Formats: sequence, structure tokens, C-alpha cells
Amino acid sequence: MADLGRAALVLSLGLALYALIGGAWAAHTRRRRFALSAQRALVAAFGSTLVASAVLLAALARHDFSNQYVADHTSRGLPLGYTLSAFWGGQAGSLLLWLLVLTGYGAAAVLLHRKAAKDIVVWAVPVLGGVASFFALLLVFVSSPFVTQAAPSDGAGMTASLQNPYMLAHPPMLYLGYVGLTVPFAFAMGALLSGRTDERWIVATRRWTLAAWTFLGVGQLLGSHWAYVEVGWGGYYAWDPVENAALMPWLAATAFLHSVMVQEKKNMLKVWNMLLVILAFSLSIFGTFLTRSGVVNSIHAFAQGPIGAWFLGFVVVVVAFSTLMVIRRLPDLRARTRLESAISREATFLYNNLLLVALCLTILWGVTFPILSEAVRGEAFTIGKPYYDFFLRAFGLPLLLLMAIGPLVAWRRSSLRALGRMVLWPAALALTTGLVLLGFGAGSSTPGLIAYTFSAFVLASIGLEFARGTQARRALSGEPWPRALTQLVARNRRRYGGYVVHAAIVFLAIGIVGSSAYGTTVERKLQPGQSLRIDGYTLRYRGLTQAETSNATERRAVLDLGGRASGTLRAGKNSYPVEQSVSNEVGIHTNWLRGEDLFVIADQINPDGSVYFKVLVKPLVNLIWLAGFVFVFGSLITLWPDAREQRRLALHYEESGVRTA
Amino acid sequence: VTAALVLAALFTVAVVLFVALPFLREPSPTDDRLDQPGTLERRQLALAEERDRALAALKELEFDHRTGKISDDDYRALVGPLRRRAGDALRALEPRTTVSPEPVSVSTDDL
Repeated sequence: MADLGRAALVLSLGLALYALIGGAWAAHTRRRRFALSAQRALVAAFGSTLVASAVLLAALARHDFSNQYVADHTSRGLPLGYTLSAFWGGQAGSLLLWLLVLTGYGAAAVLLHRKAAKDIVVWAVPVLGGVASFFALLLVFVSSPFVTQAAPSDGAGMTASLQNPYMLAHPPMLYLGYVGLTVPFAFAMGALLSGRTDERWIVATRRWTLAAWTFLGVGQLLGSHWAYVEVGWGGYYAWDPVENAALMPWLAATAFLHSVMVQEKKNMLKVWNMLLVILAFSLSIFGTFLTRSGVVNSIHAFAQGPIGAWFLGFVVVVVAFSTLMVIRRLPDLRARTRLESAISREATFLYNNLLLVALCLTILWGVTFPILSEAVRGEAFTIGKPYYDFFLRAFGLPLLLLMAIGPLVAWRRSSLRALGRMVLWPAALALTTGLVLLGFGAGSSTPGLIAYTFSAFVLASIGLEFARGTQARRALSGEPWPRALTQLVARNRRRYGGYVVHAAIVFLAIGIVGSSAYGTTVERKLQPGQSLRIDGYTLRYRGLTQAETSNATERRAVLDLGGRASGTLRAGKNSYPVEQSVSNEVGIHTNWLRGEDLFVIADQINPDGSVYFKVLVKPLVNLIWLAGFVFVFGSLITLWPDAREQRRLALHYEESGVRTA
Repeated sequence: VTAALVLAALFTVAVVLFVALPFLREPSPTDDRLDQPGTLERRQLALAEERDRALAALKELEFDHRTGKISDDDYRALVGPLRRRAGDALRALEPRTTVSPEPVSVSTDDL
């Protein structure tokens, strides 16, 4: 069946090229049938990529080791779930997933917006076709998942750390996010190419950006949890270049989601928004370059190969082309209104954008400087945690403060007096929280104390916003409180969904600060029967156990818990004979009331039965994972379709005499 | 020739037909040009956007005033120019209709 997979990929390439060249020609010469045909080519490219994906999945499920990709990434003993997840475990498979998601998104976006934003769609099709052509080209000529060979008796297996349930969801989520940023990029380019730089491209792509941003956020959180439970060093984020590769486009997209509101309300920041979309998309391609090129040392750079240069070239083409397009349309993009006051909602959005972009570019510099240093001076150079932590505090704390103040500031302009009246209660509550925490010893970390104080400020502001909005609605409608609240949210989904997302970011901040600034670590070698104490917990090492599974030998140190916890905890290592690798399997006891984890790593298991343990107490770490659920909830509120918006756009066309059929 | 290649050939034919359908359906259409908004239509669209933006700004101002974010003085200073802007946009969009920029009242639908 590899022939069918190869043929389907060649067909995908042909269709994507047709969407690119035929679509551009149709848009340029205003040929209706050609434009429709190019749109259909994009939809068909999704169909043929789907066929190629089905062929690869079938080969994986059947352990068809005559397919080199299947043999390189799976083995007979590998459980079915992980076998299928090998689809994105290697380079060629992950490129195929990228193309599948890209053509799927592209087809859906074109079909959904072909009437309401048809001028832009006509030009977005060749842009989407161009990006799809690049990935299809790589799959056909550089890294094919359908290379055949004489079948070996067994495959090479899967990297041990990938054999984790999180790997079933984390990479697809990230891909849905990375690739999703192509849609706003394509529509932004469509707007520039067609000269339709009004609000239409923004309205058409707002939910696509939000969806991609949500997937990227959830994907990163799943990845953090995977690192926490699987990689086994006791952390969840290590400022690894590949982790940063996902964070950078997310930060750029976050800035865009805020600044786009200023464009909608005030017709300002058009150039800035274009640049943010270009930045987010370029960073998503750059992230793939980092992951796949092998230029950085990373635990996440699972698949490396010769395609790094291709990606780098593609990033250069994307940046050059899109920048030229922005320059060409500068007269149309120039704002006709100005910022009325430095104390206004739009000004706070601008400040937040500057901070987010500054953080994003600082991380980009941290990732690229070692690569440039090695390329130019031949010296290996590493930028470590202190650099990133410094800038996270420098930009993150003011961002938290802005999240507290921003919602309380009016659009256009606010007087200092009105602002003072609005922030009085939330600020008083935040200061009280800070003082109470200081009394409880939180002053051991000044940035931690500031972060907690600001977090309380944000939560109080959000609470106040919900309360005042509901009160205002009640005053007009006389509705009971619960109905007034639900109607308020339903009528202003973006605003109140956004506040829920802000609450999620606060939970995330509290979790990160609690677990990093106020955590405790003890490292000790224990013989069976010996115990250690940490933060009110007692751990008594009982002894070692060993078990065989279909593809691994599992050794576990069993610990009896005492003090603030009871029960047993198991930490150890899995040995994978086929893959000839060992993975850390940590033991975690969660105290749900305190949001705290007792985290045990069996760092070294000695032949005499003694074990070198590393034990960590991580206060409030579970708020990070709770933040994920709140984040998704808030995003769903914001993403929920709004029929009024579609009606408004349709009315614009109707009033202006533009045909939409 | 393997079964996979036969399947691939059939699939390719189906895809080509799918992509070529606009040409097969209309081999010689009377008009093959894409609709394009003219200068007047584009101007009307821009005006409709401006009108919506002005009305939304007025509603936002009312909401901010009701929730205490805007003082009475600031509200009075801002509401006049915004009403004039909304009125101008409405007049420009419908030149033959006399529109008086009545004070915008906030309904529960706006909150």
C-alpha cells in the first residue's frame, strides 16, 4: 500500500501547486471558474493527504516493517496506542500530520468564508496553497513516510520518553496550534494582496486565531505535564529551545488577540496587527526548524534531519514576501485616528502588546544567539534559566499588573480620579493579601510576593468587572442576578471569556510561583528500611519491586508515606530492551486541598538495593493544571459563534450593494 | 500493476473531475469574471464599518459610564463628539435620509 501513500502525496503536491499557481492567476485575472477550481483543489488536497495518512496509520497498525518509517519508530511489543502515535513520533510522519492539518484548516476556512470574505478568500487560496506546496514538496522529495525496504523481523521501537499517554495528545494539539496560525496569516496576506485591508479579514480569522492559540496553549500545558511526570527532573518547563519554540508564537498570537480589538474599535494599529500575524506564523515555521534541524540540543528534538535548511529558507521567503506586502500597502494601512489618552483601554492594550512582544523577542534572542554564536564564532554557547527567569519577571510582573488595571480603564480616555476610584477596592484587597502572605513567610521570595499580590489584584478586578456588569444589566432589565450574569456573558462573550482566560493565567502564575519560589528539595541515598523527612512528610523506603510488561522491565522503589500523607508511593525506572533506553518513572502524591505535590525521583538504583532519591515538595503546582481547564473554558466562551456578527457583515454587503452569491 | 496503483489511478481521476467541475458545469459561461466591489461599493462598505464603529463606541461609553469607569464630566465631554460622529456616518451612508443623532440609549441587549 506504500504505492498508494506515495501517489496520494504526489497528488497532494500537484493540487497544492495548482491552488498556488492557478489560484494566484485566477485572483490576478479575476477568473471566476479558475478561482472556484483552485478552491476545490485545496479541498481535494485535504482528501488526498487524508488518504496518505490512512495508509500510514494502516501500516503502523499492521506492523508493516517493509515501510522504513514504521520499522524505525515502532516494534512488535509496543502497545497499539503508542504504535499509532508513531504517526507524529518521527520526522516524515509529523510533516504529514502538518500537511493534513494545514489542508484541513485551509479547506474549512475557504468553505466557511467563501461568501462573507470572498475577495480575500480568492487571494488566501494561493497563500494556503503555497504553504501546503512547501510541506508536500518535503514529503515527496526530502522526507517521505513511504520509503520501502526488505522487512526486518522487528522494528527499532520508540524513544522511551515518548511512551507516555500525554504523547497521544500533546503533539497533535501543538500541531493544531502551530498550523492553525497559517489561516490568519493566509487571510492577512489575502487582504494585502486584494487591497481589502478593512475589518473583514480580522472578523473572518478571529476565531481561527483563537482556536489555534487555544490549541497551542493546551498543547504546551500537556507538554509541561508530560515533562513533569515523564522526564523526571522535577520541573515542567526548562526554557528548552523547543519548548520556547511553541511559547513564542503563542505570545505573538496573544498580543494579536488583544491589539486586534483596538483595530476593530478604533481603526488603529493596522500595520502592527499585520506584523503580529506575520510574526506568529513565521515563529511557528521557525519552531519547526528548531525541532527538526538539529541545530539545538534539546530533549524534544526527537526527529532530526537535513530539512533544517529547507525550513530556514521558507522562513526567509515568508518574512521577505509578507514584509514587502505590508510595505506595498502602507498607505491603506495607515491609521486615521490617534490614541486619545495614555490612560485608556486601548493604551493598556498597547502597553500589554509591547510587553508581550518584548518577552517574545527576548526569548527569540535567547534561542537564536547560541546558534548564531556557534555559526559565526564557532563557539558553543548556552543561554540558561537565569536569563529567561530575569526577563519573565521583568515583563511578566508588569503584564500581571496590566491584567488587573486594564479591565478597569474605559475606552478612549479615563481620568486619574475615575481610575483611582475603580482600582481602590481591588488594590486594597491585593495589598491586604500581600501583607497577610508576608506574615505567613512569603517574603522569602520578593518576586513571588509581588506576583501573588498582583494575582490577587487581577482576581479582584475580574470579580469586580463581573459584579458591576451584572449590576448594570440588572438595573436596566430587572432580571434576577443569575440570569443577568449569564446574559451579560452571552452578550459579551469576548470580553467575559477573556476575563476567564485572565483568571486562568493568574492560576498559572500562582502555580508557577508557588512551585518554583517556595518549593523544597531533599536528596538522599536510602537503604531499605531507612526514611527521610521533608516539609512534614515522612518517606520510608521499603524496598525494590520488578515487573515485566510487553516491551519493558519496570523497577520500582516502594516508599511508605507518613506525616502529612499516608499510603505508598512508587518511583523507579523502565528499561526498554528493544530501544536500549531507560526512562525515569517518578512517584507523585497529590494533596488536592493544598494543590501541592510530593514528588519523588529514584535518581539512581544501586545493585545493593539502595536508591539515591531526590524528593521535592511543590506547593500549588496543581494550579498550573487547573489553569488549563479554566483556560479552555474561557476560550470556549470566547470562541462560541456569534450570529449577530455574521448578520452585521451580511448587512454591510447588502447595504453596499455587493453580491455575496 | 498492483491494486494500490489501480486505487491511486481511480482516486486521481475522481480528484481531477472534482477540481475541474466548475469548467465541466459551465463550459462556456456568459460571464467568467469574479465579482469585485467597485469604488462606490467599497466606499459604502467603509461607511457601514465607520457607522458600526461609532455606534459601538457610543454603547461602550454608556456601559463604561454605568459601571463607573467614566466620570460624569468625562462622559459629558465624550458623548457629544461621538454622537456627531455616529450621525455623520449615518448621514453619509444614507444621504437622502434625514438622520438626527438622537442620544443612544442602552438596552439590555447591549450589556
